[in-house]
Amino acid sequence: MRTRDWLLADSPASRLQANAGRAYRIVVALLANPLSVLGGLIILALLLTALLAPWLAPYSATGQDLGNRLMPPSAAHWMGTDELGRDIFSRVIWGSQITLTIVLLVALISAPLGLVIGAVAGYFGGWIDRVLMGFTDIFLSLPKLILALAFVAALGPGINNAIIAIAITAWPAYARIARAETLTIRNAEYIQAVQLAGGGPIRLIVRHILPLCTSSMIVRVTLDMAGVILTAAGLGFLGLGAQPPLPEWGAMISRGRTFILDQWWVATMPGFAIIIVSLGFCFLGDGLRDVLDPKSEGRT
Amino acid sequence: MSVEPSPATPTPAAAFGRSRTWRRSGAIAGFLVTLALTFLGLLAITFFIGRVIPIDPVLAVVGDRATPAQYETARLAMGLDQPLVVQFFNYVGNALTGNLGQSISTGRPVIEDLRRFFPATFEMATLGILIGVALGVPLGVTAAARQGSWLDQIIRVVGLLGYSVPAFWLGLVGLAVFYARLRWVGGPGRLDIFYDGLVPPVTGVILIDSLVAGETDIFWNAVSHLMLPATVLGFFSLAYIARMTRSFMLDQLGQEFVTTARVKGVPERIVVWRHAFNPIRVPLITVIGLSYAGLLEGSVMVEVVFSWPGIGNYLTTALLNADMNAVLGATLVIGAVFIFINKISDVLYRVLDPRAR
Repeated sequence: MRTRDWLLADSPASRLQANAGRAYRIVVALLANPLSVLGGLIILALLLTALLAPWLAPYSATGQDLGNRLMPPSAAHWMGTDELGRDIFSRVIWGSQITLTIVLLVALISAPLGLVIGAVAGYFGGWIDRVLMGFTDIFLSLPKLILALAFVAALGPGINNAIIAIAITAWPAYARIARAETLTIRNAEYIQAVQLAGGGPIRLIVRHILPLCTSSMIVRVTLDMAGVILTAAGLGFLGLGAQPPLPEWGAMISRGRTFILDQWWVATMPGFAIIIVSLGFCFLGDGLRDVLDPKSEGRT
Repeated sequence: MSVEPSPATPTPAAAFGRSRTWRRSGAIAGFLVTLALTFLGLLAITFFIGRVIPIDPVLAVVGDRATPAQYETARLAMGLDQPLVVQFFNYVGNALTGNLGQSISTGRPVIEDLRRFFPATFEMATLGILIGVALGVPLGVTAAARQGSWLDQIIRVVGLLGYSVPAFWLGLVGLAVFYARLRWVGGPGRLDIFYDGLVPPVTGVILIDSLVAGETDIFWNAVSHLMLPATVLGFFSLAYIARMTRSFMLDQLGQEFVTTARVKGVPERIVVWRHAFNPIRVPLITVIGLSYAGLLEGSVMVEVVFSWPGIGNYLTTALLNADMNAVLGATLVIGAVFIFINKISDVLYRVLDPRAR
């Protein structure tokens, strides 16, 4: 009980206490919403599955067993086997590593890129703002999947290029958010105080503006992750993303397409994994938005 | 009480009228400039993808089996000996006159290919959006009117599934269930093989062409092939439209005039469908426009699954053959249509909503 009082103190004595208190309030608010708890659990399960794949997967992801081709789901093979006798359940588990890598890398590339572009445009204003935002708006008005396809076509198929292509199409939304946030903060008194104290633009943007954009960014990035997973799976399905024999979920569905009329489980099972993980990000994102960014509710 | 306006200043009404005409023509000019700039940006991106990213753009167009002579002709034809800026202007000029280059896989000009493949995509996406609107709007309104009911919960889940189900997966599952098991619908393709090529293409839209030719058998066969892919696409627009309709309706149902109407004893059906629904028709047009544009994009995946001979299939085939002219041409056309629909729905919103004028 004493820790709780310390966390919820109205006048925190240190920065640590303030930050811890804020994190505590967010977690409590999130736990009150069953759907965001479910979303959080799904994402946690994804993390654990990816980390513990070598121990969780009953079979290897690539080991072939031609005697057991296209077996329906059974006690030995929970999701059946594919056309090379590989255990689909194990491949789905190993595939979580690929999905997690894609999601993390896209977020790590596109969010900082969008943040910096938006903050610079909002802070400096004038022609810098007009040029950067004109550029951003053009990207925003183009269809994302088509753009990603065209970029992969030029860069060549493969998982790295797929990640780059998705990140290229994802940053403009973040730039818009960062710019809007920067505009509201730019003329605040504490910014002027830093300027008077001699803080340059880089210091201001990095230390005083970007941290305030993070909460709306986290919400938006989480909500976007479902779309990123779908695009990545789509590229894999078309043969432009992860290449065989990598157990990428979209590529697995593509292999199962040939057998969809008789051996339905080959294509269907990886799809459930995609749906569950995407739903998890949607639930968590919705919950985070209610807690961190209540003003934008229902307007996505 | 009448206030006589002094002769020096124009009457408020006149000033208002004049400034409104001014503002409107200014708005139209501004709109055309943004539209032109956006198209130019689209061209700049496809130019960048086609000419700057590949290490050797010529190789990307002629393929690696070309003779040195063919290679050199292609290089000169593409104007690659000129500075990049000149190349870009040539590219824009060519694109504006409909010259998108030759496709190496079909051997025809890309623009002709696109013209042949576009109607199939248009047909599927249009039926998809019709399904999405016809089901999505009533579902969204009902969900908002009965907020918290089981129907509302189901519609919320459907709305989220629209963001998390891969379109190609849904198409495959649909084929497995409704075509392979139940035999309710036709399989992949636009028609059964023995009907193929029997109808002279007039518009390219088979539903119309077959009726024009008086071939009702072919019409119903086309319907059975179209139903499943259009429903899969329609599901995604349904999810989005229902979600947005619900959120708009909840805003309206919380307004005081709705409470007033209820207090006056107006039947609930009229409160919901007239008082609350009428004001959201305009924002819904924007949502439907966005959703339609999104379907043109989403149809790429669905077309691949259903072997549907549309632009999406053309694009992905070209992708796998490294046929860059075709890829960029298809990207350009889909992008242009996407931008155009978006801007049109934006304009409609401004014209129809008095507050946005």
